[in-house]
Amino acid sequence: MSSVTTAVPAKPYDDNLLIEEFGYEDHFHEHHHGDKYQSNFITHYIFSQDHKIIGRQFLITGMFWALIGAGMSIIFRLQLGFPEESLAWLKPLLGKWIEINAETGMGTLSPEFYYALVTMHGTIIVFFVLTAGLSGTFSNLLIPLQIGARDMASPLLNMFSYWFFFLASVVMFYSMFLSTGPFSGGWTAYPPLSVLPQASSGSGAGMTLWLVSLVLFVISVGLGGINYITTVLNLRTKGMNMWRMPLTIWAFFVTAILALLSFPVLVSGFFLLMFDRGMGTSFYLSEIFIAGEALPNVGGSAILYQHLFWFLGHPEVYIIILPAMGLVSEVLSVHCRKPIFGYKAMVYSILAIGFLSFIVWAHHMFMSGVNPFISNFFVIFTLIIAVPSAVKVFNWITTVYRGNIRFNSASLFSIGFVSMFISGGLTGIFLGNSAIDIQMHDNYFVIAHFHIVMGIAAFFGMFAGIYHWFPKMYGRFMNETLGKIHFWGTLVGAYAIFWPMHYLGLAGLPRRYYSFDQFDTFRQFAEINKFITVAAIIVFALQVLFVINFFYSIWKGRKMTTKNPWGATTLEWTTPIKTGHGNWPGKIPTVQRWAYDYGKDGREFIPQIEPLAEGESDLGH
Amino acid sequence: MQLALKNEQFRRNKIHPQKFALWAGIAAMVMLFAGFTSAYIVRQAAGNWLEFQLPNLFYINTVVILLSSLTLQGAYYSFKKGNEALYKMLLVVSFLLGISFLILQYNGWTELMAIGVDLGRNPSGDFVYVISGTHAAHVLGGLGVLFVAISHSFGLKYKVTEKRKLRFELTLIYWHFVDFLWLYLIGFFLMQG
Repeated sequence: MSSVTTAVPAKPYDDNLLIEEFGYEDHFHEHHHGDKYQSNFITHYIFSQDHKIIGRQFLITGMFWALIGAGMSIIFRLQLGFPEESLAWLKPLLGKWIEINAETGMGTLSPEFYYALVTMHGTIIVFFVLTAGLSGTFSNLLIPLQIGARDMASPLLNMFSYWFFFLASVVMFYSMFLSTGPFSGGWTAYPPLSVLPQASSGSGAGMTLWLVSLVLFVISVGLGGINYITTVLNLRTKGMNMWRMPLTIWAFFVTAILALLSFPVLVSGFFLLMFDRGMGTSFYLSEIFIAGEALPNVGGSAILYQHLFWFLGHPEVYIIILPAMGLVSEVLSVHCRKPIFGYKAMVYSILAIGFLSFIVWAHHMFMSGVNPFISNFFVIFTLIIAVPSAVKVFNWITTVYRGNIRFNSASLFSIGFVSMFISGGLTGIFLGNSAIDIQMHDNYFVIAHFHIVMGIAAFFGMFAGIYHWFPKMYGRFMNETLGKIHFWGTLVGAYAIFWPMHYLGLAGLPRRYYSFDQFDTFRQFAEINKFITVAAIIVFALQVLFVINFFYSIWKGRKMTTKNPWGATTLEWTTPIKTGHGNWPGKIPTVQRWAYDYGKDGREFIPQIEPLAEGESDLGH
Repeated sequence: MQLALKNEQFRRNKIHPQKFALWAGIAAMVMLFAGFTSAYIVRQAAGNWLEFQLPNLFYINTVVILLSSLTLQGAYYSFKKGNEALYKMLLVVSFLLGISFLILQYNGWTELMAIGVDLGRNPSGDFVYVISGTHAAHVLGGLGVLFVAISHSFGLKYKVTEKRKLRFELTLIYWHFVDFLWLYLIGFFLMQG
């Protein structure tokens, strides 16, 4: 039935006919007549096992956290940009964390809370937004749709994956309302700040909840990852061999493998941390004095925690960026009306990045007393990652080159992603060198590097994905004008925030400082810091605009009238506009060709479900 | 539930998706213990390391958990071959062996404390507690699964169906995993100690 020589139907664009003729009958509709599965509100929208609903749950929870995480950055940027201004107006929101001077009425942010804000900002954005909100959303939404499956391998575990994330969110959110505040020792939670409850105000109950929340989060990631891997390997439709998978699926697949293998190591580090906190062990503590008192702990090593943490921590940045890369590859190809350039090279570079991500973790620890000879090893592999990354950048640029580009929000954000990835990636080559890193560590150069390359870039990939697949999620389009304002403002604004930071960092400005006005050397940067803060506020306002656009468009956006509005080749656009559980109402389509037949044989695009014409070769092989 | 599977969807591989998912989960658990044991090696190399003998109960326990794997394997064969009585009996025996493993583990820990290696004394002992404790938690999970298997065996009418066979195989794979995990851990302690 999937034979190459079968005659092509008379109307090659009619996907219903194609699915009817070549599709795979699995008697789905007979079993699910009336679909009592989605019968009521609770099973449909809340405890749903439909991967499309779960994807949207991840997305909206992620957006909620993104607003909180970004809002926190605005508060600490106010402190850094305008240390002399009164923050008394934030008192209703932050309560006792704003200290009011009784005489002048001047409100200042408490230094402890500043550290809590910085810590929570990192934790929230890295884990809750760019891991759960990005790969959680799009792996769920796209894996079954693009490989031609009814749902995930285990819809039940998939539902649990979301609800564990939700529980983790509740615990973390709750920790922000403790009287001692949330954890404040940095998102990496290094000991001894994370071990000793007396080390800082957030190290007590705040840290306990932080740990509980992240263990719940890892369970969520694990359940999701198991599902993504199994689904990709076991449930692809007929004809969908690995070399015909869209790059999105490749990216999600490798991301899930990374997550599944690296997060458990973090948990082992956390378990040791919990024992140090509660059971009196000394895995991470050694000869410590605190508040004039000598602690009994001997023989521990804080570096041990750093190894365990960064064994996750480094793959984690690829867990964040790979899904964005996959989304961007797909969106660029569709909107440039050209096949992705170097499809196989793209796949191999995803695999290479995934592999290398496991053997570079100590480049986060050059300053921790790691043996310089061992550092050499990590420097070399870190710099080698530039090779597959450069291959990908080259291929994106070549895909865009002479393409028939539609400049809409999705494609603009994809191009913006490439721009961010280049400018942030280049500074990575500086920091990957241990000799330079020793000078540059823990200053604003590092902040600029990782925010651009994995923060802003990953957000751009996510935005590209949201604008592109919004019609698939909600049957409507997002407002294009607002989308373009969002893009141009964010592009310029993000560079305005982070480019000056390179300069600040080179000038020696250290990260994580509450205030710089006590230092003569750094006082001269007050104006730059002001500029950065203003830019950050503008960019934040633009993200609020995006959220408004998002929710407005769910109910009031322009309706989708055709199944395949972008003229894309992949399977998700062959499902009905209102896609029910099970994705295809009748047969499952079979796949006849690779995912990137754009501008071939004088046709704008040829969907994956259309059989190869006589003598035509499949470019995927 | 499980709608993708109920409908005999076209499958790529001979391995059942649920079985594959279990193997993927096992890979994650292996990484958890790999994290522990590599931390052990790194910490040991740093010195200040108390040397002590593992309690003999740990070795006896190795036999216990190995036996339980054998009996469960036997239960699986009897289930397939239609020997209902033996199948139920061996299932219960495996469960009891699993429980005795946990009890003996607990006694092993108290024995450790008796020779002065209590929690917090030195990382060398602490690692043993944390690692064997986390392993015991995995055994506990396995016991939960075995309990479900037992209640199925006594509660449901005996019938060899594909679905029940698969369920049994999943239980079996996990139980063998916690068994081999303990073999690895005890071997690791021996080699390092």
